[in-house]
Amino acid sequence: MSLKTVADIATGEELLHVDDISLSFGGVKAIQDISFDITKGEIRAIIGPNGAGKTSMLNVINGFYHPQVGTITFLGEERRKMRPYMAACQGISRTFQNVALFAGMSTLDNIMAGRSLKMHKNFFWQMFRYGPALNEEIEHRRAVEEIIDFLEIEPIRKTPVGQLPYGLQKRVELGRALAAEPSLLLLDEPMAGMNLEEKEDMSRFIIDVNQQFGTTIALIEHDMGVVMDLADRIVVLDYGKKIADGLPAQVQADQNVIDAYLGVAH
Amino acid sequence: MFYREAGQFKTTYKADQAIFPIFQDRMAIAIYLLIAFVAIPVFGNDFFITSMMIPFLIFSLAAIGLNILVGYTGQISLGTGAFMGVGAYACYKLTTIFPDINIIVLIISSGFFSAVIGMLFGLPSLRIKGFYLVVTTLAAQFFLEWCFIRIPWLYNYNDSGAIEVPQREVFGIIATGASATPTTRYLIVLAIVVVMTWIASNIIHGRIGRAWMMIRDMDIAAELMGIRPLNAKLSAFAVSSFYCGVAGAMMVFFWLGAAEVESFDINHSFLILFMVVIGGLGSLVGSFLGAAFIWILPVILRAIPRTFGLDINAATIEHVNFMIIGGLIIFFLIVEPHGLARLWGLAKQKLRVWPFPY
Repeated sequence: MSLKTVADIATGEELLHVDDISLSFGGVKAIQDISFDITKGEIRAIIGPNGAGKTSMLNVINGFYHPQVGTITFLGEERRKMRPYMAACQGISRTFQNVALFAGMSTLDNIMAGRSLKMHKNFFWQMFRYGPALNEEIEHRRAVEEIIDFLEIEPIRKTPVGQLPYGLQKRVELGRALAAEPSLLLLDEPMAGMNLEEKEDMSRFIIDVNQQFGTTIALIEHDMGVVMDLADRIVVLDYGKKIADGLPAQVQADQNVIDAYLGVAH
Repeated sequence: MFYREAGQFKTTYKADQAIFPIFQDRMAIAIYLLIAFVAIPVFGNDFFITSMMIPFLIFSLAAIGLNILVGYTGQISLGTGAFMGVGAYACYKLTTIFPDINIIVLIISSGFFSAVIGMLFGLPSLRIKGFYLVVTTLAAQFFLEWCFIRIPWLYNYNDSGAIEVPQREVFGIIATGASATPTTRYLIVLAIVVVMTWIASNIIHGRIGRAWMMIRDMDIAAELMGIRPLNAKLSAFAVSSFYCGVAGAMMVFFWLGAAEVESFDINHSFLILFMVVIGGLGSLVGSFLGAAFIWILPVILRAIPRTFGLDINAATIEHVNFMIIGGLIIFFLIVEPHGLARLWGLAKQKLRVWPFPY
């Protein structure tokens, strides 16, 4: 697969567009007038110091928070208020900053859970675990096995995820998000708390997901090395405001960004 | 040594997704069923069947019902007793109105009444969680108890205020009422419990059961995976209450023979919650183990002094009994907070690698 070029991204089809989003909790303004877009097939990083509003931004995109002002256009459809359930139906799936796996279930069941929206067989067949319900179960098991192969987690298939080490839990969570075959994948700090080796593995998976499945990815990450290598374009937030937006090289050279990260003398 | 899966290769996903993928487990289930359906009716005496097996099976079914709600969906309920009552009163009214319909059909149908009531009282679960939900289900318990006393229509305006089971026949055999033989009643209860346990296991291992467990483990993530909390929680309340309702109807029709509101009071809700907690949250085997622990063990302990010919007065036996059971509950919960089902699982795991430690 050929690598994406700057021109591809600039001319690419727009997948998501957030326009003048403002979100406040009481007097706290979490997000102020932020606009940016995500084009199909890119890896879009959202960075910024702690408390900049990155996670709030993801929560707005998948419907946990409802912005007071502004619109979100996803796949050409404008929306204002929605439940996270509807975001899932539209094809947005995500991972969480603190692992949010279903701790009591096995790896297999967790990834199967990611395919919930694709399973429809009714209660009657479920009661007897026969016919259509059983076929559906097996058909999805096959799809899940492909993800398990892709993420190289075959040995932990039947292990309850609560017993897994942190790095593997993150990987299972990525698998669960992938199982939904999303058109937009939101990753909230996929590499937080990982060692170098685990970070490299995870970066590899993210690039592979992007290139093999063509999944559009929005990524929050604090490790600048990783972000600069992975991302096609970067949005920088600080205190709820957008301070820069562009290619990694542009963002790196931006004086506002340097000031936000290093602080300025007053 | 004999319980080992070595050499049992699975070549299809179907075989791997089976509920009992290990051959020895399937054999064990067949043996249990053989004992339950053949050995116990043939060799068991009336006391054993009436005071141990029938209530054990009925409480197991109620525990499965509550386990679906508490163990699998994570919604705590203290209304079990009342939901059982709804099943019992519904069945009583149904058989009064339609005396010619097969009583087994009516018992299953009464579950639907209980399911509807359960769903109604499950509505608050969409907004409140944990202990606060307990309080609203407690409200259901008291409200329904009030209904069982204050609405005389429910007990056909009996002066006693109790429901008395009329005689009903199933395929020409007397199944309910005073003249039904314990074996007949036992076999009907057993058949219903086995079929409903099998269905519960199917639901839990499928899409719907997964949705319940997703809600239990991480409701925010579940919603993101496309689970609607409304559907998942209410279906859990419905199925759970259905099971409790059927258990309640069977309790009156096949065990007690007559019942008043006291048979469905808060103590029963607690009793069944204890069975679920001690047996193991989120385990069908646990529901049976818990019911056996809470119901069968005291009966056995009570019988011990008599078998050894010791002359201890009944009150003393009862007190000692309470102490032993209480002590054992604490002991088991300290040894394994996840209940008897986890101990059972660990034992099986040990057996798998025996004689090696791991």
